[in-house]
Amino acid sequence: MIVKELAEYYGLQVAAGAEGLDREVRRGYCGDLLSDVMANAPIGCVWLTVQGHQNIVAVALLREMAAVVLTGGREPESQTVARANAERMPVLIWPHSAFELAGKLYVAGVDGRPSD
Amino acid sequence: MWPAWTAARRIDPPAAIPGVIVLKEFRADLHIHTCLSPCADWEMSPRRIIRRSRESGLDLIAVCDHNSSENSAAVAAEGQRAGIAVIPGLEICSREEVHLLALFGGMDQALAMQALIYAHLPGENRPEVFGDQIVANDADEVVAENPRLLIGATGLSVEQIVRDTHAMGGLCLAAHIDRPANGIIGQLGFIPPRLALDGLEVSARIPLSRAHEILPEAGSRPCLTSSDAHRLADIGRVHTRMRMAEPTFEELGRALRGEDGRGIVN
Repeated sequence: MIVKELAEYYGLQVAAGAEGLDREVRRGYCGDLLSDVMANAPIGCVWLTVQGHQNIVAVALLREMAAVVLTGGREPESQTVARANAERMPVLIWPHSAFELAGKLYVAGVDGRPSD
Repeated sequence: MWPAWTAARRIDPPAAIPGVIVLKEFRADLHIHTCLSPCADWEMSPRRIIRRSRESGLDLIAVCDHNSSENSAAVAAEGQRAGIAVIPGLEICSREEVHLLALFGGMDQALAMQALIYAHLPGENRPEVFGDQIVANDADEVVAENPRLLIGATGLSVEQIVRDTHAMGGLCLAAHIDRPANGIIGQLGFIPPRLALDGLEVSARIPLSRAHEILPEAGSRPCLTSSDAHRLADIGRVHTRMRMAEPTFEELGRALRGEDGRGIVN
């Protein structure tokens, strides 16, 4: 599954990084402490978080993520949008809680195992 | 400049000569809570804080309650009587749940910042869950209880808080950056490179002399240490020695910037 398919199927709004929608989604991760995400998110994952700070783009690049999803309808800050567009890192918005989307993705076969 | 031994032995140089500025070492603890913070003890009343600060040999303290500065004036009034310099401040929780210290040269600026914070701070306190939030006067009498959810996070980003603190003439430091929770590195993974912080605070868990070595993320930013005291016994458990002309907010700013021989000693 690529990010574009994920966004369309689950009705996620693309807030930034539209040029990166062809990235392949491999695994999933949830976390709001960016230090934890930097250390533990699987390579190539889709990452669900409430943090809209611009540092999320750097963290996503570090873990070679497929996309970042802001949960609970949170909006990225303007600097986050600018950096995500420049780096072609998709930032999507999901109106409900992380628990809801993580459950749907897990059922669809996206697991949360750590990187090999 | 006086020879180094004058400062090292804490011997006061001769009475001031007009027009000559003498730099001395002052002991600063710039992160002290009062009974206004829900997580702090009632014993953290203005008079007791000043008494304990004097017993600990502190010259300069800052009052930094969670998202509020309502007890700063009472502590400052008592400090003036006892000869302890008091800087009004707040420990602000950003929307990323990063704790930042905002310090000011006067009560007017601190209260202006407090008004901005209150406008972006949702919720009401539940004393039975989070603790009492007591506004006290300089006679250690209860004036009021603050009804706001001071332990909560504001809706302001770290960038906005730093910008607004500077716009009101204040200094902004990242609090306890070594702590996994509510420290800027734990919450945001790293310090945003262009964030215009005036300094970084490390907690009592890390010796200040090794802060830059243990926390390479600090880069070239100045580090200081403070007690983050929530109870009397913790006041001054660590302090920062600062070389300044006098223990004031203006001199603190110059010491953080390393201007004209001012600076952090340990």
